[in-house]
Amino acid sequence: MKLELGKIEIRDVRFADRTSIEDHILFVNKREVEELVLEDDKILECHLDITRPGEAVRITPVKDVIEPRVKVSGGGEIFPGVIGKVSPAVGEGRTHALEGCCVVTVGRIVGFQEGVIDMSGPAADYCPFSKTVNLCVVIEPKEGLEIHVYERAGRLAGLKVAAYLGEAGRCIEPDTVDVYETKPILQQASEYPELPKVGYVHMLQSQGLLHDTYYYGVDAKRFIPTFMYPTEIMDGAIVSGNCVAPCDKVTTYHHLHNPVIDECYRRHGKEINFMGVILTNENVFLADKERHSDMVAKLVEWLGLDGVLITEEGYGNPDTDLMMNCRKVERRGTKVVLITDEFPGKDGKSQSLADTCDEATALASCGQGNMTLHFPAMDKVIGTQEYIESQIGGWAGCVNEDGSFEAEIQIIIASTIANGFNRLAAKGY
Amino acid sequence: MAKYKIVHYLNQFFGGVGGEEMAGFKPEIKEEKIGPGLAVSQALGEDYEIAATIICGDNYFGENLNEATDTIIEMIRKYEPDVFIAGPAFNAGRYGVACGTVCKAVEERLGIPVLTGMYEENPGADMFKKDVITVRTGNSAATLRKTLPQFVNLIKKLAEGREILGPSVEGYLERGIRVNYFAEKRGAARGMDMLIKKMAGEPFETDLPMPKFDRVPPAAPIQDIKSAKIAIVTSGGIVPHGNPDHIESSNATKYGVYSIEGMDRMSSEDFTTIHGGYDRQFVMADPNLVVPLDVLREMEKEGEFGELVNYFCTTTGTGTATGSAAKFGDSIGQRFTEEHVDGVILVST
Amino acid sequence: MVKGIEKYGIPVVHMATVVPISRTIGANRIIPGIGIPYPLGDPAQGETDSKKIREKMVRRALKALQVPVEEQTVFEKDI
Repeated sequence: MKLELGKIEIRDVRFADRTSIEDHILFVNKREVEELVLEDDKILECHLDITRPGEAVRITPVKDVIEPRVKVSGGGEIFPGVIGKVSPAVGEGRTHALEGCCVVTVGRIVGFQEGVIDMSGPAADYCPFSKTVNLCVVIEPKEGLEIHVYERAGRLAGLKVAAYLGEAGRCIEPDTVDVYETKPILQQASEYPELPKVGYVHMLQSQGLLHDTYYYGVDAKRFIPTFMYPTEIMDGAIVSGNCVAPCDKVTTYHHLHNPVIDECYRRHGKEINFMGVILTNENVFLADKERHSDMVAKLVEWLGLDGVLITEEGYGNPDTDLMMNCRKVERRGTKVVLITDEFPGKDGKSQSLADTCDEATALASCGQGNMTLHFPAMDKVIGTQEYIESQIGGWAGCVNEDGSFEAEIQIIIASTIANGFNRLAAKGY
Repeated sequence: MAKYKIVHYLNQFFGGVGGEEMAGFKPEIKEEKIGPGLAVSQALGEDYEIAATIICGDNYFGENLNEATDTIIEMIRKYEPDVFIAGPAFNAGRYGVACGTVCKAVEERLGIPVLTGMYEENPGADMFKKDVITVRTGNSAATLRKTLPQFVNLIKKLAEGREILGPSVEGYLERGIRVNYFAEKRGAARGMDMLIKKMAGEPFETDLPMPKFDRVPPAAPIQDIKSAKIAIVTSGGIVPHGNPDHIESSNATKYGVYSIEGMDRMSSEDFTTIHGGYDRQFVMADPNLVVPLDVLREMEKEGEFGELVNYFCTTTGTGTATGSAAKFGDSIGQRFTEEHVDGVILVST
Repeated sequence: MVKGIEKYGIPVVHMATVVPISRTIGANRIIPGIGIPYPLGDPAQGETDSKKIREKMVRRALKALQVPVEEQTVFEKDI
């Protein structure tokens, strides 16, 4: 499967009469976007706001972040099975991405798990979306909606807006075009016979209502581990529907820009032979955890992999899935490196992970989420700060009168994301 | 006049009082530098002065832990030192524990920066290296000279409030404190580097060596269930509506104690859950799924066990530091001991 | 928490879904829970059966507290 990914660099987003891209500027027709969001009768109100890196602006509670993309050729539609047609499959042909801008969905909280993006100040160093121009879609749901209905409405609104904006890039000549290709197993294995065969075990958060991820629209807790061509993910085959701790959230943006897949392709044909992705999930029943880690080990063996990278989403009991995958894969003779973040308590002195195993000899840290930080008051808040104290990372009394607050960095969207997207790491002192 | 003042702690041996026969020596303070203090003071130069030295026998300290600590704290207080140093204790176990205990207390109660030194296998090192910066020494006093530069450097940094770097740079025992930093490469690239080395059989360094959790031996079973007092504890975040004690949804810093007196079951009208780590809808509808009060009450009535403690202890398990959990356990254990609880059912989600 | 309490010599039975974590943290008497969102019972089977499941599990927990153990023990079946 071969995908050409054309990147259109976006330097600013502005409201205008017509949605279009000119000279690296994305112009957005506000009314059309609002109407698109309000097509869903679960949403009462919608308003849009634009914010840029360096501004004294805070966005919260943030639900998801999405990069606008469009499928130009090769069949299939962006976000298949969710807002695009489920068939044909995606991952082939050509796709255009609007790089440098994001759609951010905002609205009162569903759970405790929505987070904060600061566009400047100390927290901005920890958040990838402090560096993008963000079109914020602030939604107000109808009264009395069940939380999962509200979650779904918010999720679909963001994806629809991203797909709508992506259309503006369909006929634009991209600034760069990268080509990614993964061949069927036997051909791929024989292409670089001298290089070690490497795969990626991608654990999707799937712990139930409000903690879910979707693959071609399938709720990840309803599938058993399977093989995925890495290019499928670049066309939105996986979308985030979950509300895990903000720091850990693999936003839909992060699925489109999976750093492990990116890294595997960078080294492909030079240091490794990248064979593909094994998708698995994180479950709430022990039998499922056991069965699916067995299946992951089986798939790794069947693909003949010499080494795998494994990432998780969330912390606590998913650490068990991570360790089970590690132990079982290692015991079948494949080398494993884990990538994850740590939660050693505010003083950094406690155990970093809820579960461990002797086979986990190689782990790349994505930092620890319990470190506390001062969040200065901002000139403007997109959304509302009224939930900060109950959002994960906050505590009762953490907000000061002037609107500044103290919180653990786990309140920042994707600050310690456990897939190695950021440079943040933790070490022993 | 020196700019910075230091108070130094020594045991009877290094303080020149005597050997094992003087281990019962009560704490005394002398306004002079003694034993290893002479070398430290000389190496520090004239901006630093050891204003006083406290000497205490190892056995006296060990047998009168609280009293000795209180006495020593009071002795130190009036000197208002800029830095407090203890030892080094090298491989002397009782001395190491004393150095660690005193240092920890000085830092907590007086807010003065502290420093000690030990051989890494000193039992005191394991107990206190998390709390107190402990210079890595050899196992005998002969190694003092070699570690002097580390002591001097750290004392100066502590006194001047300069940043203390990592354990391998500064020469202290790794404290097991996880500290964030921005690495040169992102996590995925570092993971890939590690994998390439691991597959090639080359040495690599993990970011997080797997921790070893300590164990507690199993407690003896309940002998007579018919008269046993049973208590319920949960990490499932069950709290009265409104969460009166503001227990956090994640990384909890406290636990709550709530009455179940006169209740036959956990009613969803009284209780909810604030746990941030699982799908809460089922437990919100029926809290008995986590605190099994309904069946326990029935069994209590039928005399299957003695009695149920009339409250439950509760916190949130998700993302809660093991250090906090251990503290909650200790506090709950104390409470249960006082109330003669015979057995505990602890439910986690 | 389990160890903190058991340190005082009071036996603790840990009813937990993720048995591996229970083992890792050092619980000595372990009873596997049904699932993370509902450790004691199964709402999918209706209230009556859910309670029956819970009753069986709690009874097993009380039994576990009466059994001497030398090492970490998972009580998978009724005793």
